[in-house]
Amino acid sequence: MASPSNPSGPPAPAGLPHAQATPAVSRRGFLFKLGLAINAVAATLFAIPIVGYVLSPARKRAWQAWIPLGSLDDFPVKQTRLATYENPFTVPWDGMTAHTPCWVRRIDDRQFQVFAINCTHLGCPVRWFPESGLFMCPCHGGVYYEDGQRASGPPPRGLYQYEYKVQDGKLWVRGGQIPTLSEPV
Amino acid sequence: MTRGRLQSVADWLEERLRWKELILPSATHPVPSNTASWWYVFGSATLVLFILQIATGICLALVYVPSASEAWGSLEYLNYEQPAGWFLRAMHAWGSNFMVGMMTIHLVQVFLFGAFKYPRELTWIVGVVLFLCTLGMAFTGQVLRFDQDAYWGLGIGAAMIGRVPLLGSQLVHLILGGPIIAGETLSRFFALHVFAIPAALIALVGVHLLLVVKVGINEWPMPGRLVSRETYRKQYDELVHRDGVPFFPDAAQRDMVFAGLTILAVVACAAIFGPAGPNGEPDPTIIDTVPRPDFFFLSLFAAFALLPPYMETVLILTAPVIGIVFLFLLPFLFGTGEKSWKARPMAVLSVVIAFVTLGTLTWLGITSPWSPDMDAWSGSPTPVAYVKGRSPLELQGALVVQSKQCRNCHSLGGEGGERGPALDDVATRLTRDQLIRQVVQGGGNMPAYGKNLSPAEVSALVAFLETMHPGREPAERGSTVPAAPASASRATDPAS
Repeated sequence: MASPSNPSGPPAPAGLPHAQATPAVSRRGFLFKLGLAINAVAATLFAIPIVGYVLSPARKRAWQAWIPLGSLDDFPVKQTRLATYENPFTVPWDGMTAHTPCWVRRIDDRQFQVFAINCTHLGCPVRWFPESGLFMCPCHGGVYYEDGQRASGPPPRGLYQYEYKVQDGKLWVRGGQIPTLSEPV
Repeated sequence: MTRGRLQSVADWLEERLRWKELILPSATHPVPSNTASWWYVFGSATLVLFILQIATGICLALVYVPSASEAWGSLEYLNYEQPAGWFLRAMHAWGSNFMVGMMTIHLVQVFLFGAFKYPRELTWIVGVVLFLCTLGMAFTGQVLRFDQDAYWGLGIGAAMIGRVPLLGSQLVHLILGGPIIAGETLSRFFALHVFAIPAALIALVGVHLLLVVKVGINEWPMPGRLVSRETYRKQYDELVHRDGVPFFPDAAQRDMVFAGLTILAVVACAAIFGPAGPNGEPDPTIIDTVPRPDFFFLSLFAAFALLPPYMETVLILTAPVIGIVFLFLLPFLFGTGEKSWKARPMAVLSVVIAFVTLGTLTWLGITSPWSPDMDAWSGSPTPVAYVKGRSPLELQGALVVQSKQCRNCHSLGGEGGERGPALDDVATRLTRDQLIRQVVQGGGNMPAYGKNLSPAEVSALVAFLETMHPGREPAERGSTVPAAPASASRATDPAS
């Protein structure tokens, strides 16, 4: 950059008398401030998509879809059976974690209850015992009755239930995400 | 290479790096001679274990695949096909156990020696953050061993986070990386465990060590020698001048010995006990599973089982926060005064209480008596002594005890669940009417069986249970005289 005393020459080195001229000092200061400003803009511009990327699963979005569980003949009346389905919201490398189990209780011809496998205490898989008509959880000892109501132990509520429908001779449930106390399926 | 050649290489490097003037002053800076003690070795042992974890972790990352569909397979490959793969896995698992333990001992030693007081408050605060990061590494590392315990352990973590008011569901999906525990979850935990938390750990360890060098190692505390902000610095400088030794090698030699012994202990445990798991495949449809966390979280596991439901959410969400805030505030609440534990009985008492509590909860977590024994109803037969001399109704009752899963929670002859009391002496504690009421209506941790037992089953069951009074069998049972009508009323009265 040129200095007033040397319009077309090489830059005036700092420390020499003509470097004391005001334009050279403000140019140095100006570049520093410009550097800060450009980097601040650049950081903001790339931070926004990064924050969006990291926080994307938290955005309000309902992972809900109708999922077929099987034909009605698979579920005899007055019995509770384990059914499994593939979660519809998967990525290609999910492997076996996409297989989701649930308990289907057929009350009569058209009435069902479909329970999520997760205990309402802290999410461990509950096991059904037809002889005593109880669901038992292996983690902290929670027990539920046949209709999903809480019987004893630490769970704060009965089993989570899926919304269901019977269509074309098949049982469908509305699911897709893990049930928790703040978002029971 | 001759000695002269080595010397000239060293000189060549020294001329360019000038590391003598960089490292020697720190390495040989004077410390009070009473800090050259075996009680001061735990911090450096923790650091050495951390470096070991980084080294073994990098080796494992050469083979391990952090994908939900392949992780378990790559762990099996490491265990059985990769040469010395089992040993690397074992070193990493045992290194982590030792690191959590050693760091806890270091925390307790620093606390009892008053080394968090002025002017070492910042060192302590950075240390608490290091402690939390290390527990974070322990949890995320457990998840990377992607088996059934890890899968359902993640579910438990998600369920806990789901209890946060307002933001619960968003936080759940944030840590799971999606709607369910799946590929995105494992990738998030891999990035945390391998990149994010180690970066924080390395940076903070640097700050922690810098502070230790700059502020000085805590001198051996003496009862009666109080810390005060006005006089401490001068007293410490005088102590160092009067009675100081170079840190390296006088004090560091003990650190070196202990660190070496620690590594040997990790190697020995790895070679003898081998790697941890993986246990069953993380297939959610395998529901006959009994998930358990690693040992350092067993106390939490026990707490979740034993907390009454009405206070559970509040305690889970606030107790850790309160504990951590208290740790951070410690140097400001008790920053001056006595340093030695000999003059701080409350400090010693709180350490004792903490250890007794954690130890008891960990022991309970190991035995987990609250978990029903899911196979007892079909796998633990009625003890032979309890079917001898019983009437047909009482034998039907013994069958009811088995088939209705009573044994899952109640033991007979020492076999069965421990959720409820053992039934071997139930007739000495409950009358017939009390037995009927308890079975039909439930109570405490027991569900009501009224709907699942017919009246005949109840009367058979109660008839059998009424014979469970050890050592006090009525005489007519053992004799050849037929039972008197009075005893028959016990066996044939309808239940309701």
